[in-house]
Amino acid sequence: MEVFLLQLLNGLDKGGAYAMIALGLTLIFGTLGVVNFAHGALFMLGAFCAVTFNALVSMQQVTLHPTETTAWGTPVEIKTPYVELWFGDFGRFLVEFSVPVSILLAVPVMLLIGLAMERGLIRHFYKRPHIEQILVTFGLAIVLQEIVKIFYGANPIPQSAPPSVDQALDIGGLLGFPPGEIVYPYWRLIYFLFSAVVIGAVFAFLRYTTFGMVVRAGMADRETVTLLGINIDRRFTIVFALAAIVAGLAGLMYTPILSPDYHMGMDFLVISFVVVVVGGMGSLPGAVAAGFLLGILQSFASLNEVKQIFPGIDQIILYLVAVVVLLVRPRGLMGQKGVMET
Amino acid sequence: MTKKTLSRRTVLKAGAGTTAFALAGSGPFHFIRDAWAQDYRNAPTGSTVTLGFNVPQTGPYADEGADELRALKLAAKHLNGEGDGGMLNTFVYKNGEKTALDGNGINGKKVEFVTGDTQTKSDAARASAKRMIEADGVVMVTGGSSSGVAVAVQGLCQEMGVIFMSGLTHSNDTTGKDKRRNGFRHFFNSYMSGAALGPVLANAYGTDRVAYHLTADYNWGYTTEESVKQFTEAQGWETAAAVRTPLGAGDFSQYITPVLNSDADVLVLNHYGKDMVNSLTQAVQFGLLDKQVNGKQFQVVVPLYSRLMAQGAGDAVKGIYGSTNWHWSLDDEGSKAFVKSFGQEYGFPPSQAAHTCYVQALLYADACQRAGTFRPCAVVEELEDFEFDGLGNGPTLYRGADHQCFKDVLVVKGKENPESEFDVLEVVEVTPVEKVTYDPEIFGGQLGPCNDGV
Repeated sequence: MEVFLLQLLNGLDKGGAYAMIALGLTLIFGTLGVVNFAHGALFMLGAFCAVTFNALVSMQQVTLHPTETTAWGTPVEIKTPYVELWFGDFGRFLVEFSVPVSILLAVPVMLLIGLAMERGLIRHFYKRPHIEQILVTFGLAIVLQEIVKIFYGANPIPQSAPPSVDQALDIGGLLGFPPGEIVYPYWRLIYFLFSAVVIGAVFAFLRYTTFGMVVRAGMADRETVTLLGINIDRRFTIVFALAAIVAGLAGLMYTPILSPDYHMGMDFLVISFVVVVVGGMGSLPGAVAAGFLLGILQSFASLNEVKQIFPGIDQIILYLVAVVVLLVRPRGLMGQKGVMET
Repeated sequence: MTKKTLSRRTVLKAGAGTTAFALAGSGPFHFIRDAWAQDYRNAPTGSTVTLGFNVPQTGPYADEGADELRALKLAAKHLNGEGDGGMLNTFVYKNGEKTALDGNGINGKKVEFVTGDTQTKSDAARASAKRMIEADGVVMVTGGSSSGVAVAVQGLCQEMGVIFMSGLTHSNDTTGKDKRRNGFRHFFNSYMSGAALGPVLANAYGTDRVAYHLTADYNWGYTTEESVKQFTEAQGWETAAAVRTPLGAGDFSQYITPVLNSDADVLVLNHYGKDMVNSLTQAVQFGLLDKQVNGKQFQVVVPLYSRLMAQGAGDAVKGIYGSTNWHWSLDDEGSKAFVKSFGQEYGFPPSQAAHTCYVQALLYADACQRAGTFRPCAVVEELEDFEFDGLGNGPTLYRGADHQCFKDVLVVKGKENPESEFDVLEVVEVTPVEKVTYDPEIFGGQLGPCNDGV
């Protein structure tokens, strides 16, 4: 029972990441008709917003110890973060909570990156074949990750969750199990809740605001909306930036779970495309549902009992599901006819 | 019939012609009289000799690779007589005689090097090493930080006729079933880790433990799992399960969760580099170390530790046992000399990956110097059954039967109260070399003949 519950939770937080990236991919495909292979790079850039913010607030004043020396004969260095020197407890808070606080940096940065990417490159490929879009966005992803590698190096850069939520919650105790029977890391629960809130906010934005209504109308019939005198291109540009922000936040909040490195975007991109295909190209609810579904399936496929029957199933389950779905229902679970089938 | 007679003029002409021919003929021989040196691959002809430093600059073992490169550059510097000489000052032979290296390069030739990125991938590592051998003319390849890579590059070096002085590679296979005459390993292996760890773990946690292994799904993971199982089971432990995890999986949560209902009270993480940092951190986040199973406190073990990984995992390493080839806190003269040189050059202490690569470069150079040539087969002869001291870990033998170094093995534990960011591991036991030595036949394989590359 406890393993079932824990694998379900594992699937939900993994699925949260898949769903957020797939949501952005689907938004871009649904509005602009662009297959954005640089979307994983946006996830990676979001993670590096946390790294950058952490590096900024962790900049240290170095003083030399008056008497002690290291094993290699140089004076021992005493390092104190400047923000702690200048702002005391608030400075210490900034250092400890650097990951969640870096959202304040990530939102404007990802907004600007999204706008620049769409205006500077993607717009020139709206009417080009998908294969050209894939090539150019894949190239862009490689360029972005190489730039990050130049500045941050190839090594993963560990980021900590705030100390107060770096432990595990006794979920079993809350459900009446013996104490310590079922525990789950706080940060993973936070990540799942965060992904649910972000996804909910995007849906609410598209569903309940005038802007969202126009965007949905544009997704359904771009020409008619344009004929009504609405500048749908500008709105779609904003939607692209919104997708970039969602991907960036997904990456940023994932950093205490997985140390960011320049290649992490590519690792998630492939899975996210599988998610989008399974959910249905162009279907926002499909992307979200498939994200969580595949996350959960991947978790349960890792159980020893399952692997004993189907060796290696944990590594192929996503692709197996994609094959089956495409064979049975080429439009994906919730996709519209015409996108992936004739 | 015409009778021919030899006139004095004819004889003089013939003599002059013969002399001229002899001079013309012997001229080229004069200029290439040392051409015997060309009968092995990449024989250095100028005043320099080039070594190939092939390390992972990207991928899950990039941390180790960066440190290996630092150490190898330092070794080149010391071999060329620059800096403080590092372990050249402490390197001695079995009879106490000092190394033949005199800070004047190797065999009088200045040491130069080229670098490559193995990307922690066998095919990329082979491509990089091939480029070094064919285009850059290296006589020796060293580095690497993965047994899969080491086995692949060792095979290539054997085929192409250069020496491979492997860096960090811990699989039994490197000097076991995949050993090659042109390849040498200073680093210890999975068997030695298991032999050193088994008794220490039994002593610390008791003999009635149940272990659950998570194992990196490649060559090194398999042999480490096998050796740790062998030596812990010999102490009375049982093995609940051994589960393979993909290299570079990142999130190991789905593999850690099943441990909870396995009845195991010890988790053995046969992971290294970034994977070990992630899996150990996540195991701690999942509260495994706070659990009680069968009335015993749950424990985690990391068979192969490194200081770089321990730093990456932060507080999660506290109290966790593992083994290591070398640690910068050792107080023998060789280790102290190396830590001083490396620390002054780079501002922090070297890792075990850095140490083993530095030592390999010195051992290769010394063998060439003693042989008086870079010819691979002559170098092989000098290294086989070579005994030395002063390079850390005490007296060491380069066993001729499998090209594996035998020396003391360190059992370490994550330090509870570190005094600095580098002070994360403490040596809890130095297992004598006799206890980790084994019969070279047990892992099979053949060294085969030496290859000079011609």
